[in-house]
Amino acid sequence: MMRKTLRLFGLMLAIALVAAACSSSSDDTSTTVASGDGETTETTVASGDGETTETTVASGDADMASQVEVFSWWTGGGEAAGLDAMIVVFDAAYPDIEFVNQAVAGGAGTNARAVLASRLQANDPPDSWQGHAGQELIGTYVAADQIEPLNFLYEQEGWLEVMPDTLIPLISKDGNIYSVPVNIHRSNVLWANPTVLADAGITMPTTLDEFYTALDALQAAGMEAPLAMGEQWTTMHLFETIMLASMGTDAWDGLWDGSTAWDGPEVTQGLDDFAKILTYTNADAAALAWQDAGQLVLDGTAAFNIMGDWQEGFFREVGSEPQTGYTWAAVPGTDGNFQFLSDSFVLAKSAPNRDEAIAWLTVAGSLEGQDAFNPVKGSIPARSDGDRSLYGEYLLSAMDDWASDRVTGSLTHGVVANDSWKSEIDTAIGLFLIDGDVAGFQAALAAAAEASG
Amino acid sequence: MTAAAPEIEVQQDTATPKRKRFQMDDWWGILWVLPSILAVMVFVYGFIIWTARVSVSSWKGLTPDYTYVGAQNFVNLASDRRFHIDVKNTIIFTLVFVIGCLLIGLGLAILLDKGIRAEGFYRSLFLFPMAISFIVTGVVWRWLMNPSTAEDRLSGLNLLFHNLHLDFLINSWYATPTWGIAAVAIGAVWQMSGYTMALYLAGLRAVPETLREAARVDGASEFQIYTRVIMPLLWPVTLAAVIILGHSSLKVFDLIIAMVGKQIALDVPSIYMWTTTFDGFFFGRGAAIGMVLLVSVAVLVIPYLWYSLRQESEG
Repeated sequence: MMRKTLRLFGLMLAIALVAAACSSSSDDTSTTVASGDGETTETTVASGDGETTETTVASGDADMASQVEVFSWWTGGGEAAGLDAMIVVFDAAYPDIEFVNQAVAGGAGTNARAVLASRLQANDPPDSWQGHAGQELIGTYVAADQIEPLNFLYEQEGWLEVMPDTLIPLISKDGNIYSVPVNIHRSNVLWANPTVLADAGITMPTTLDEFYTALDALQAAGMEAPLAMGEQWTTMHLFETIMLASMGTDAWDGLWDGSTAWDGPEVTQGLDDFAKILTYTNADAAALAWQDAGQLVLDGTAAFNIMGDWQEGFFREVGSEPQTGYTWAAVPGTDGNFQFLSDSFVLAKSAPNRDEAIAWLTVAGSLEGQDAFNPVKGSIPARSDGDRSLYGEYLLSAMDDWASDRVTGSLTHGVVANDSWKSEIDTAIGLFLIDGDVAGFQAALAAAAEASG
Repeated sequence: MTAAAPEIEVQQDTATPKRKRFQMDDWWGILWVLPSILAVMVFVYGFIIWTARVSVSSWKGLTPDYTYVGAQNFVNLASDRRFHIDVKNTIIFTLVFVIGCLLIGLGLAILLDKGIRAEGFYRSLFLFPMAISFIVTGVVWRWLMNPSTAEDRLSGLNLLFHNLHLDFLINSWYATPTWGIAAVAIGAVWQMSGYTMALYLAGLRAVPETLREAARVDGASEFQIYTRVIMPLLWPVTLAAVIILGHSSLKVFDLIIAMVGKQIALDVPSIYMWTTTFDGFFFGRGAAIGMVLLVSVAVLVIPYLWYSLRQESEG
């Protein structure tokens, strides 16, 4: 009996151990991989750098060994292809500098930023890294004193003349510009299915009231959810465009510098509009990616979708044609405003290869670099002098608007709020999706602004 | 007593030199495990202490800030609506997951124990899901439990129900308000009930046939044999299963991320910990959530360890 009990215990213990091994390995996969990557990169790079610098100093042969280490999360699709195209331009301009591409895959930059954070805390920064232009960069890296102002480069390269005036304050703090935007995406775009609209006798709405009328008409005609929406971050995307439409650009900009009160009547009105818009969206939004939401519009299951202009890249990829398969306009109530987001590159404060990093940034902001990157990535150049023959119909319309519209910033994509603030707003939106309590939502937003603004 | 005394002495005499040799072995043994002991000291206990330190600091943002704020982070969590949802979700998930695994696991084990043909085949079949990563399980069940209920967009289980004319079963799965997390737990039950079956099967095999026969002779029905004789004997197995399943459900992260992504309605403490720390840079709050998780797992595991160690020393 005792031997049997012992054997039983042994067996159970063995199974438990196997289970523990399995579960802990699967639990840890993501973190181990991420940190593992980080550590490996760190050590190789650190020792590699050390050696390089030593030999450089010893032999005095600076040109031969110089390199620039650039960190990004562009590892696949049009983004990686665009980066490669820009590297070709860089190699042609600076054949002596070796471009070290330190791209970290996964999680739309989440993994890369965790790796970057650990490298920065270990005082081992890459020379230059990718970040969303605006407060996401400024609130995180300027606050931690890790990147340098680039005003000198803007003046030297004449970028102030070719980039919109309203853009510069959004990527600056206290008059210092901290990054070089290589591309521009627009977040306030309303995508629509032209066939569905024609069948229902609806023209593209230009104001929120017209939008409501159109959505009501579609619902009355039996379309359950005329506005397609996806998982939670796309809800925040919808939130920022509807708030902009409802409040107007001055009030929206004021939310982020403190001149508009979060507990004021404009925000209440904006939240009421947002709550109303949500009643037209699909119930299974949480299960859909942004592409799935776009597909609903192409299929005619939904009439509209509000998403950034990367949605056009998806539409083209699945073989849909502009004007026949899909059409677009600024989100109703935001015409004349360009709510932008941008990928940009920074200069590390203690960059191991400072001159080479500046060379890279010069290429990133140049006409050649941007015209190499953007047609491949499916975005428009931050410069207003891009070569128009390289871009498709939608992008050309965006380039026109970029040159003439008032520029304002996106929340979801890091322009107007730092990461802490944004994550608190994200929580508030998530809670609102559960309980639908507008007053509680506004209080949570006000508290978030108080704590992180 | 007096007669036994010399015998004991003799035993001790032979035992003493043996013990010395064992001590040499012990030293070698310690030497061999020393690296992993050191690694565990640093990477487990060292980091637990560091996390505890961060959890009482006001660290927010990329730059470490160890300003002592006492239990403020924990107090904030207590009134944090998102954390309340996390706790509610964890409780629902744990109950559905553990009870589901126990019932299905026990059922399968009893059926297999009846001596069916090709038992080995079925045993492997039920155990295989355990070999799959939670990520894979999550993706598969994400598709199976597609929450769309609109007739032209049904897929997965909802489409199956529709084609079988069981339309009343069509539901929005993990998009269901409040109880959505229970749908996520179904995927976990699918993965781990085979493992629970293996635990129970080992337990059932250890119940001597003589006990069952004795019960039958005493006039017990088959049902009574299970409820009165076998289940009490399987108590240690059940306890072990509850502990192992329970602590993994408190830590669940990958399954939920793969199945439903980051959304507040289906949030759990480990996901809140990750997002608030690495997306929002609230390191102090993240560390506080980590400590709460650690304590809740410890509350579950330590009494079990204590219990099984006592059992071993008694046995």
